[in-house]
Amino acid sequence: MKAVRKYLDKVKPQFQKGGRFEKFHSTFDAFETFLFVPDTVTIKGSHIRDPLDMKRTMSVVIIALMPALLFGMWNVGYQYHLSVGSEAGIWENFWFGFLKVLPIIIVSYVSGLGVEFIFAQYRGHEVNEGFLVSGMLIPLIVPVNIPLWMVAVATIFAVTIGKEAFGGTGMNIFNPALLTRAFLFFAYPAQITGDLVWISGLTGNAQVVDGFSGATPLSSAALGMFDKIPPLSDLFFGFIPGSIGETSKLAILIGAFILLATGIGSWRIMLSTLLGGIIMTLIFNAFGANEYMKIDALTQIMLGGFLFGAVFMATDPVTASQTNRGKWIYGFLTGVFAILIRVFNPAYPEGMMLAILLMNTFAPLIDYYVVQANIKKRLKRVKLAVENK
Amino acid sequence: MSDVIRIRKGLDIKLLGEAVKKISKITTDKFALKPADFNGVFPKLSVKEGDEVKAGSPLFFDKYRENIIFTSPVSGKVSEIYRGEKRKILEVRIQTDEKMNYESFDAADPLKLSKEEILQKLLKSGIWSYIRQRPYSIIADPKDQPKAIIISGFDSAPLAPDYNFILEKQEKAFLTGIDALSKLTAGKIHITTRSGQAVAVAFSNAKGVVHHAVTGPHPSGNVGIQIHHIDPVGKGEIVWFVNPQAVATIGKLFLEGRYDASKVIALTGSEIKNPQYFEVVNGIQLSPFFKEQPKLTEVRYISGNVLTGTKVDKNGFLGFYDDQLTVIPEGNYHEFIGWALPRLNKFSFSKSFFSWLNPGKKYRLDTNLNGGRRAFVLTGQYEKVFPMDIYPMQLLKAILARDIDQMENLGIYEVDEEDFALCEFIDASKTDMQAIVREGLDFIRKEMAG
Repeated sequence: MKAVRKYLDKVKPQFQKGGRFEKFHSTFDAFETFLFVPDTVTIKGSHIRDPLDMKRTMSVVIIALMPALLFGMWNVGYQYHLSVGSEAGIWENFWFGFLKVLPIIIVSYVSGLGVEFIFAQYRGHEVNEGFLVSGMLIPLIVPVNIPLWMVAVATIFAVTIGKEAFGGTGMNIFNPALLTRAFLFFAYPAQITGDLVWISGLTGNAQVVDGFSGATPLSSAALGMFDKIPPLSDLFFGFIPGSIGETSKLAILIGAFILLATGIGSWRIMLSTLLGGIIMTLIFNAFGANEYMKIDALTQIMLGGFLFGAVFMATDPVTASQTNRGKWIYGFLTGVFAILIRVFNPAYPEGMMLAILLMNTFAPLIDYYVVQANIKKRLKRVKLAVENK
Repeated sequence: MSDVIRIRKGLDIKLLGEAVKKISKITTDKFALKPADFNGVFPKLSVKEGDEVKAGSPLFFDKYRENIIFTSPVSGKVSEIYRGEKRKILEVRIQTDEKMNYESFDAADPLKLSKEEILQKLLKSGIWSYIRQRPYSIIADPKDQPKAIIISGFDSAPLAPDYNFILEKQEKAFLTGIDALSKLTAGKIHITTRSGQAVAVAFSNAKGVVHHAVTGPHPSGNVGIQIHHIDPVGKGEIVWFVNPQAVATIGKLFLEGRYDASKVIALTGSEIKNPQYFEVVNGIQLSPFFKEQPKLTEVRYISGNVLTGTKVDKNGFLGFYDDQLTVIPEGNYHEFIGWALPRLNKFSFSKSFFSWLNPGKKYRLDTNLNGGRRAFVLTGQYEKVFPMDIYPMQLLKAILARDIDQMENLGIYEVDEEDFALCEFIDASKTDMQAIVREGLDFIRKEMAG
């Protein structure tokens, strides 16, 4: 490692002000700090600092996403082989999916980080680690058949308009990964909805076995074909078509466990989102006006991206409510709206994406009222003290 | 009977190098008073280089509050007025003479003196500067009517000195100090001690005060946290606070009629071979403490504790309000993919490291920032180590935006920079919060005055 360090020290001056590659300062810095924790020491305030930094935080989230990603890769292969009616082993399935998903990951990272690097350099900041997570989330929430150029366009849009326009990581209002998906959803609806996009090759001229539809359980439900919803165990383990990372609830729960055990993800949001979804479903169950309303709570939660959204998307600390009390409200309403949109709006089979984006909009408002309550309490105390004098 | 205040949020950072309970005397011939130790004071000199001074002779005073004067802790000659950029006075250095000569302020029983007489004695001797106030953590204004005076009988910061031990033999001075303070407020005097601990008789024998037992991790020893739970400071209200050793110093003024600036400090930190207590005179030059070569070549000398102390030079001087010296390693090294490693030798509040598996372990932590500065990203973290009914991040943002109304609304009068020290420690975005809070307090004080 000493040789690497020596080399970095040697070339560093060229990237600093007045150097030959001054314009790549942020890029160099990003790679240098990736390889080595910087040697900066504390100047003001506390002399010692916690070893937890943004890189560590973000890598924990990425680790938590790994089970969903790895399963998603396998499932891409599994679903493909199912659709063409051929048998394949675990590794064959995985390898097939790996080759399909890897390009999406690469395109997502390259286009997103490209924008981040440019803005960091332009602002004179260090490159923020936020996109390391967004860049991994994006491939997990799109169908496998998505054209790569669309991923690039949508990612660049989300990072530029959704994040950098607001001032970069920490200032954005909407979850960048979800914004990417929303962009795809409204700009290229044909490529992200329907029965054909979820299975690799289905949009082409693959020889599909008779009777294979490729529809996700959720779109079956939206069309009223409730008998086509697979058994709970399939929903739980994830042997179903769907966005790459959303299918296996088991993998998502492993990720949730990692986030909760490390304290990086908010248990308040995860729990309250779940509660919101369950309570909304129970209310529907009570009315039972149509077949969709009669679906039980467990199935509702296992369907589509509800759990993935609750664990990985709603918990984004920047776009969620920032006060603890606000997190309860925010999560609960996210769950409620997700089920509400699902059941009442047949045009959007999945409500989670829109529910979270909607609640992203309201998060600052929720925080405002929570903080206002604290302010009122303080003012009351002061008033009381004055009266007692 | 005392009530128990339970502090649930917070964090005890366990470091190597706790002082053993042994007091040695240490002295040298150089002392100094540093104007920067006093928040918001603009120093005007009363002496020039070469002047002879006694212990208790004025060295400088505050330009904006001329009755607040700062006196020499020792007798001798003003050897140097040490200045920095723009001729800012950094240190007034004193070279001691053979024996200690004291200015006389006449001994007297404080209970028999009027409030005015007590004030005059404290102001003239310069001992007044030991009495500070919330909000702003500035030296108290003798004209004010504080609604309470609070004395925190314990310091919960890492490796902090134990006041029960320090005040073991100071009962008389401490109680006399309490007598004097009791004349200065119509409100209550609160003394807090750690619950479940043997308490120095000085504390337990104090009469006419309210005793509180406090449990919980750091920052439970901070006066700001305690007063928040006892009697919060609202807009326009003032609470005074005094360090327990300073109470004894006040007591000695009335018992002996002189400014006895001696105090006991703890020499601590992982880079100190024999951490222990020392009896010194305030403002002492620190070189005799650091004579022994540290284990490492590059260490940081801190006057105070690792969270709130001031970085000092090896030949620097003890901070006026500090009862502790800490020496820890500097962290100016690169660590290869450190953010990805388990890093078992580091202590973290976060469970993404493994220090929580080994709660008893004491650590040797260095001054590395451990990452790069970022915007506020994570939420709900600071609240875990901030035991007040205040939203820390929202308050910091209000300060950064210089939004006075919002700062007031969110409770800036109740906080001090030291209350944010733990938030600063655990912050993954590496924000210098204590500096932000200080700026906010200075800003709002200026606006209120204007």
